[in-house]
Amino acid sequence: MATIKAGETYGFFTDTSVCIGCKACEVACKEWNQLQGDSPSFLADSFDNTGSLDAQNWRHVKFIEHVPDQSSTAGNGAAWLMMSDVCKHCKHASCMEVCPTGAIIRTEFNTVFIQQDVCNGCRNCVAACPYGVIGMNQQTGTAHKCTLCYDRLQGGLEPACAKACPTQSIQFGPLAELQQAADVRVAALHSQGVTQAQLYGRDDKVYGGLNAFFLLMDKPETYGLPNAENATLPSRNDVGGYLTAAVTAVLAVIGGLVAFRRRGMG
Amino acid sequence: MYLAEHFVQPPQWTWYILFYFFFAGLAAGAYVLGTLLRFSGDPRDEPAASIAFLVSFPATVICPVLLTADLGVSWWKFWHMMVDVTPGDTGLNFKYWSPMSVGVWALVVFGFFVTVSAFDAWLGNRRGAGIIPMVLNRPFNVLGAVVAIFIASYTGVLLSVSNQPVWSDTWVLGGLFLASGLSGAAALLALLIRNRPDASFSLGRLHQADGYFSVLELALIIVFFITVGAAGTLAREVPWLPLWAIAVAGVAGSLVEARGHVRMQATGGSGTVAGVRLDTVVVSILVLLGVLALRAAVIFSAQ
Ligand code: SF4
Ligand code: SF4
Repeated sequence: MATIKAGETYGFFTDTSVCIGCKACEVACKEWNQLQGDSPSFLADSFDNTGSLDAQNWRHVKFIEHVPDQSSTAGNGAAWLMMSDVCKHCKHASCMEVCPTGAIIRTEFNTVFIQQDVCNGCRNCVAACPYGVIGMNQQTGTAHKCTLCYDRLQGGLEPACAKACPTQSIQFGPLAELQQAADVRVAALHSQGVTQAQLYGRDDKVYGGLNAFFLLMDKPETYGLPNAENATLPSRNDVGGYLTAAVTAVLAVIGGLVAFRRRGMG
Repeated sequence: MYLAEHFVQPPQWTWYILFYFFFAGLAAGAYVLGTLLRFSGDPRDEPAASIAFLVSFPATVICPVLLTADLGVSWWKFWHMMVDVTPGDTGLNFKYWSPMSVGVWALVVFGFFVTVSAFDAWLGNRRGAGIIPMVLNRPFNVLGAVVAIFIASYTGVLLSVSNQPVWSDTWVLGGLFLASGLSGAAALLALLIRNRPDASFSLGRLHQADGYFSVLELALIIVFFITVGAAGTLAREVPWLPLWAIAVAGVAGSLVEARGHVRMQATGGSGTVAGVRLDTVVVSILVLLGVLALRAAVIFSAQ
């Protein structure tokens, strides 16, 4: 891959149609970022024992198991949808919008990064991230998530997950190039009759566009991703919230003045 | 109209934040009531106003302690809320669109108003005159009350300015927390008047004010359920219905007390209540529990 340059926008194109659920990305991520992982848990209803993205899991291979109860017939096999989930490095990032300390910054690679020495653990970003990406590290008392391997990019290396992915489900590169590759891929799938294939976060309908965008084999909600209608920023509620408070305040003050109005001294 | 779908993680804002919301609501509500009592122009309301300013002080002091404790092992970085220490980009932090950012500054400013007003009330009680000349006291209280209204309400807006289920599905939380904070403060003052017989003149008036606040609160609770229902996240409230029942019982208690007071006035009573009766104590405690329960129901239903 070409040299990684500061000032250019980088991201991931995750093509879920070729993900085999091997979790090499999860392992590579943990290894490079020295994440211990959570204590192993057996969820018993899925091949997914990671559960969710959190402070220890910055990549999470989701298994969406659409296995029908009745046996499938020829040509009517049930599909497992797999998707290596990650921070989307949103153009309009909800986490960054609410962070009161300025800990969340945009790097020279246009990725979203949490500065550990600045973060004070208020968890406002956790409440805001619509993708459930951010987790709290109890040891450091700070918010953690995928850094898009900021340290590796600075050293001219591609992120560990993309390097480890054996099927190229995770592709890393300059965003414009990834978008072109995604357009070609989705067109090819459509021409093969796979009409359900769709790109998520490729255009600006979701949070102004995602640096880490996806090719999905079903609608976004199936993968636990908000659709364009639900992809809303926290600040949408500022005006309504304060306006209701202001109207309540006016009515309450009038009520108080009426109750405390001057009466006879008798 | 569309149904909201949420795929977020809960921020684990629990007990510290619950009690912060509780004390912030009471402190700010008490400050607003103290100011309004002063504006009645009746000197007989001054003892109750002075109680209001005095009680807002400890209730405010505990707020930053709770907020700092909530940061866990990063507690020593509490000041990062105000100062950005990003290398090469240091300066003051202020994001008007992030209620948490505005709220921190508002708490600092409110702390100033509360400290001065409480000291003034304390001196007034001891020497008969406070530190602020009367002519300046009212404008000072009005400014403080404006900040107090913000403090009582921004906590609700802060929850809504997120992508959490329930919280972000409604716009009423700011108003709801304000109305309930005022109602709780009125109940708290009614309780404290037990120890200041000279303030009992204001007791009935506080009940009446509490009645108005409770009507507002009830209306906003109804709107809360309508908005959350419209977004499709009402089921999350089901486990917390017992808490909602306590909150509504507090509202009902306030309304009954207020009705009693208004009736007494209508039948020619002066509005002066001789002393704090047992039912006032019971109702006040119920109202305070309701203030806490309401916040708990809202906070826990999303997480
Ligand atoms: S996915 Fe979440 S954590 Fe990542 S940039 Fe977007 S809002 Fe922030
Ligand atoms: S937890 Fe850290 S990164 Fe998240 S909003 Fe708070 S200060 Fe910002």
